[in-house]
Amino acid sequence: MARAPGKADTPDVGADLTVAEDAAVVELPPEVVAQTLGDYARATVLRLRSGESGVLPVIVGLLAISIVFQSIGPNGLYLSPGNLVNLFQQSAVFMVLAMAEGFALILGEIDLSIGYVGACGAAITVQLVQPVTTNWPWWAAVLAGLAFCFAFGFIQGALITRLRLPSFIVTLAGFLIGNGLMLIILLLGPFSGFPSLAAPDGDVQVVYNLMWAAIDPTVSWIAAAALVAAVGALIWFGDSRRRRSGLVAPPASLSAIKIGLIAATAIVVVAICSVNRANFGFFAGVPWVIPIVLGVFGVWTVLLTRTRYGRYVYAIGGNPEAARRAGVNLAMVRTIAFALCALTAGIGMLLFASYLGGMSNNVNGGSQVLYAVAAAVIGGTSLFGGRGKPLHGLLGGLVIGAIYNGTYLIGLAVQYQFIVTGLVLVAAVTVDSVSRRGATSGSVSRV
Amino acid sequence: MSAEPLLQVRELDKHFGAVQALYHVDLDLPAGKVTALCGDNGAGKTVLTKCIAGIYQPDRGQVLWEGHPVHIRTPRDASRLGIETVYQDLALADNLDIVQNMFLGRERTRSQLLDEDSMERAAKETLTSLHVTTVRSIRQPVASLSGGQRQSVAVAKAVMWNSRLVILDEPTAALGVVQTRQVLDLTRRLRDRGLAVMVISHNLNDVFEVADRIAVLYLGRLVVQDDASNFDRQSVVEYMTTGGLSRSGGTRTRES
Repeated sequence: MARAPGKADTPDVGADLTVAEDAAVVELPPEVVAQTLGDYARATVLRLRSGESGVLPVIVGLLAISIVFQSIGPNGLYLSPGNLVNLFQQSAVFMVLAMAEGFALILGEIDLSIGYVGACGAAITVQLVQPVTTNWPWWAAVLAGLAFCFAFGFIQGALITRLRLPSFIVTLAGFLIGNGLMLIILLLGPFSGFPSLAAPDGDVQVVYNLMWAAIDPTVSWIAAAALVAAVGALIWFGDSRRRRSGLVAPPASLSAIKIGLIAATAIVVVAICSVNRANFGFFAGVPWVIPIVLGVFGVWTVLLTRTRYGRYVYAIGGNPEAARRAGVNLAMVRTIAFALCALTAGIGMLLFASYLGGMSNNVNGGSQVLYAVAAAVIGGTSLFGGRGKPLHGLLGGLVIGAIYNGTYLIGLAVQYQFIVTGLVLVAAVTVDSVSRRGATSGSVSRV
Repeated sequence: MSAEPLLQVRELDKHFGAVQALYHVDLDLPAGKVTALCGDNGAGKTVLTKCIAGIYQPDRGQVLWEGHPVHIRTPRDASRLGIETVYQDLALADNLDIVQNMFLGRERTRSQLLDEDSMERAAKETLTSLHVTTVRSIRQPVASLSGGQRQSVAVAKAVMWNSRLVILDEPTAALGVVQTRQVLDLTRRLRDRGLAVMVISHNLNDVFEVADRIAVLYLGRLVVQDDASNFDRQSVVEYMTTGGLSRSGGTRTRES
């Protein structure tokens, strides 16, 4: 390289250092070696066989779940547009919570507190917008709730990193404290513990609308088209620039397929949402919650994959010692990750409050956090650190939401719902573990 | 070497509690030479390395960089001078790819976002200039590399940063024959670029194959350092195990 000092290279010193290497044939991500679409397909098949299954099992699982519930559910209701929109709304909460938990899991830690900490944040927001008491504007109330979550997560993170306490214990304490705080906050004011979001207008209604209001179908189509065009342009021009300068890049056909898939997803989602889902009159359009979840997904994806901070999160999850020697401030990166985890959980639980139309002491942050961990793991995030993406949270949340919705639809009592979800979680982890053990090389089995 | 050595250690002392780990150590590391540091377990090789790399502070003594006294208090001070250490346990993150590992902690950014293209190009150039060309792709995760390839990446990472002295701690331990060969070739290539190289090794085969100079530590004292041609295997072993020569071997006593 240009900045290296010294003389010219010495080509006579020997041929290629890595000739006669045999170990490099294992699980390469296909995108790094394939030059053409054919290569890519072959490499993908190889990689699937060797246990690097990526998100494919989740997609297959979603298809299987849809088929099962569609066939055993009441007269094709499961895949009806009205129910699918409902399913998106239910899944949104799991998706955001799973993306939150992702921050802790990528670091190789766990955060058990996010359900109740997020619920505290939501309770704060719901209380602050009440017109009969504080009557804050909705945005200030939302900011206050999220700020609480961020601070709570930051304190937990500081305890974990500065005092070297195990995250399991610290966040277990946070779980209990959060539960208590949530009940205290809910009992404030004249609402007997049930502050409601039901209101004809005003700031209360804005919070309610996060989940329930819809964007006009025409506007939805235009916005979706603009979004797909923007993302597509980024992918297309980014890939072709890298191809031109001889860097590792997927073939043009693959970039096109990627963009096509994104466009198809957008079209399907908007089309489903644009069908009239009111029993009387007309109600259609993309619910606000979808762009909100996409926003969280987009911001966290950029943060984790395109910034130094994100790079350090993965490095610490993979090898903390390497990160330390590279001069990374481990304590700061970890503490902020716990704060961002709690902040994201605050968004998720705010959506849940909006879904419920208020907050109550029935909100179970305990099962929410377990669903969040399950969703992240089902989506493909490793519990052992270093591997995981916001996309995994998105897909895993959809799986949990699909089961939740389906079991409800066929009238299974909640006890069986828990059992079904548990079985799916075990199945997901088993598929992952077995396929990886079946791999020819053990080099990726590092935990 | 007629010119002044790049790095000189003078009268260096280091103790931990009652244990005197290093005692009046003098060591020269000239540019363009591979200096092998030998010694039995507990002789103080690692302590000496860590004093040079800024991880430990010596109790007494001086370190001269190009003839000027310097104080290396932290690893950052060391890298600012151009001293990079490749540790035995490699310090690579398995889940990151080669480019990401090589730039870990010193990522290039453009308006806050990582500039992957420029980093990938620079990493590629460095690997090519060191003849590490067919790791199949520099975007493959380090987990999928062989031991020799990982060691090569770790060394390449060290030379990327205008480094002038590279310290290799047991670079061939746990490597197979072919992989050892690769790493030794790479070590010679660093020397040919004009870098000062210090190799810490137990393995006398490697030492004699790659070293221009040999220095031996015995119980915290540097008992000898000289051109490798003035040693044979027998004499090095004797210095390592007894701290001196009993009979007239193939070498002289300490210089400087």
